[in-house]
Amino acid sequence: MNFTRIRAIIIKELLQLKRDRMTFGMVVMIPLIQLILFGYAINTNVRDIPAALVDHSGSALGRIISSSVEASQVVKFTHIYADLEQAKAALRAADVRAVLVIPYDVSQRLVRHQAVGMAQPNSTDQQLARPIGQWLVDGSDTMITAAIKSLMNMPLANLLDKPVIAGVPTFAVAPFYNPAQRSVVNTVPGLVGVILTMTMILFTSAAIVRERERGNLEMLINTPISSMELMLGKITPFIFIGALQVAIILSLSYWIFNVSVMGDLLQLALLTLLFIAASLTLGLLISTIAKTQLQSMQMTIFVLLPSILLSGFMFPYEAMPNIVQWISEALPATHFIRAFRAIMLREASLIDMHADALWLAGFTVLGLILAAIRFKKRLD
Amino acid sequence: MSEWAIQAQGLLRKFGDFVAIQQLDLNIEKGQIYGFLGPNGCGKTTAIRMLTGLLTPTKGQVNVLGLELPKQAAELRFEIGYMTQKFSLYDDLTVRENLRFMAQIYGLPSRSQHRRVEELLNIYGLDNKASQLAGSMSGGQRQRLALAAAVIHQPKMLFLDEPTSAVDPENRRDFWEQLFDLSDQGCSILVSTHYMDEAERCHKLAILEAGHKRADGSPAELMQQMGATVIELESSSLRQLKAQLTAHAQVLSAAQLGNRLRVLVDKAVTDPMAWLLSLPLGLTLSQLTEVRPSLEDVFVTCTGEGRQ
Repeated sequence: MNFTRIRAIIIKELLQLKRDRMTFGMVVMIPLIQLILFGYAINTNVRDIPAALVDHSGSALGRIISSSVEASQVVKFTHIYADLEQAKAALRAADVRAVLVIPYDVSQRLVRHQAVGMAQPNSTDQQLARPIGQWLVDGSDTMITAAIKSLMNMPLANLLDKPVIAGVPTFAVAPFYNPAQRSVVNTVPGLVGVILTMTMILFTSAAIVRERERGNLEMLINTPISSMELMLGKITPFIFIGALQVAIILSLSYWIFNVSVMGDLLQLALLTLLFIAASLTLGLLISTIAKTQLQSMQMTIFVLLPSILLSGFMFPYEAMPNIVQWISEALPATHFIRAFRAIMLREASLIDMHADALWLAGFTVLGLILAAIRFKKRLD
Repeated sequence: MSEWAIQAQGLLRKFGDFVAIQQLDLNIEKGQIYGFLGPNGCGKTTAIRMLTGLLTPTKGQVNVLGLELPKQAAELRFEIGYMTQKFSLYDDLTVRENLRFMAQIYGLPSRSQHRRVEELLNIYGLDNKASQLAGSMSGGQRQRLALAAAVIHQPKMLFLDEPTSAVDPENRRDFWEQLFDLSDQGCSILVSTHYMDEAERCHKLAILEAGHKRADGSPAELMQQMGATVIELESSSLRQLKAQLTAHAQVLSAAQLGNRLRVLVDKAVTDPMAWLLSLPLGLTLSQLTEVRPSLEDVFVTCTGEGRQ
């Protein structure tokens, strides 16, 4: 191992990066744009679902019910139909995602309804009690369905000018670490993982393949440089680039979304370095397999998609079936996002998350050895 | 140390079923410029790659500068310079940055790095281009840069794979002047080419065809030992004459050069002039001249078997 040669590669990489304006811009713009975009866009609290109203009663009560439903901000009535079939067609055409049907006998139903909060209904009333209306929902989207379902037990007492009876809940729920229940708090640490996965793997996987494509490698393998020196020289500049990207994401999320780091910054930085190293190694491995830049791009996406969908960034890890959880465990992003969220949001320490940290370190060492073996200094 | 720069015996290389190099024996003296002459795809690049340790021979022994290949390939790296067929330095680095990079890769002491880079810029006439990006230079300039980079660590042996295929004749001349300077300083050089004029400049050369070495020696020796006599004839109906002549087994080749036809007659024919006149072609003595063979004639007689 010769540090002069590693340094020569690092200097060369930095010079090339400096001249490649597009890539240089991407280093800064990718985290910037994606944070702002996803910070605002990803929201699990669904609001203002476009809905249609079919009011068979045509009564004042019907209008009061529909406006109090709208006041919940879950739905917004964008279409009003007289006929159920028209409403169904609108649902099919995705003009609306749900339809509220108010039956002609809504007032009779309402007076018998227990939610109205009149005296305890007698047994016959209980048998006769029926919902005061029906929602037709585009059930193919489970998020929308869940939002509409939250309206199932909507309180109606205030419709009749009665005092609201606040029932005592079975359980009290205290949302720790994110009392205001803002989605962005959970999104930011996940986004760090996804953006690093994308840029780090993409840059390194292209790095060696590009040298091969442009013919530089044929010259390099004729020099005394060893594969390990080449690999280390190639990934070192990107460690700084990755650190820069994380700094951009964290400071912007503090200023724009008011999401701050609760845990120890130093431990967070250490964890991030481990993950950057693991991602760079994965990129190197790809570049020793891919023959062209297009192939390396395809393989990067092959890793990137599961890293977005299965790492716990978008969907809870716990909701996945066992087999998928194993696949998820094989992705560096899963370990990183889990530990990063713990340290950043829950003030956990690296010791608490040692299993994930060690996994990332092990992945890096193993990957680096494998990449150096796979990258032969021969042409046969 | 022996006087041989390269010694190879029974070199054989297969790619699957395809035999790229067949039983190649080479003895290349130190300090010489040795040429591989052959058409594209004859195995020149494969041979060079085996001699630099990039490819492992399927069979045979290679010894370069006293080092056994492929065992001692890593040590050989410091002793040889290699110039690839395609420009393989970095287009997005300047001339000076490229040379600096190579100096560091070869581990030149940092004090002498600067001096060596400036010296090379001077020798190869790149002083005023030092801050220009390599990708924006002309073919000839890039080539000088590639040569400068290949000799930055003062190698004992230089491999050049078709070095002048992308430059004009004038640049090619200058380039060869520089090669002779290097050779004069004791550097052994192996160069592959498909240009006759370039091959003629080599001290010695081997003619390769389809993985076989057809002949080797100095250009003069090769011309002397050539198995054919060269006769040029003038006539008004050359195309027709050529067709009639090539029908005879004794005529190895007939190539038209303007208003003359260059005919190679097998050495087995003792008096080729008389033989040509005896053919029913209506030729007269005034139309025929025996001329000195060229390297191209040597090449054609050596490699004729595979074609025609």
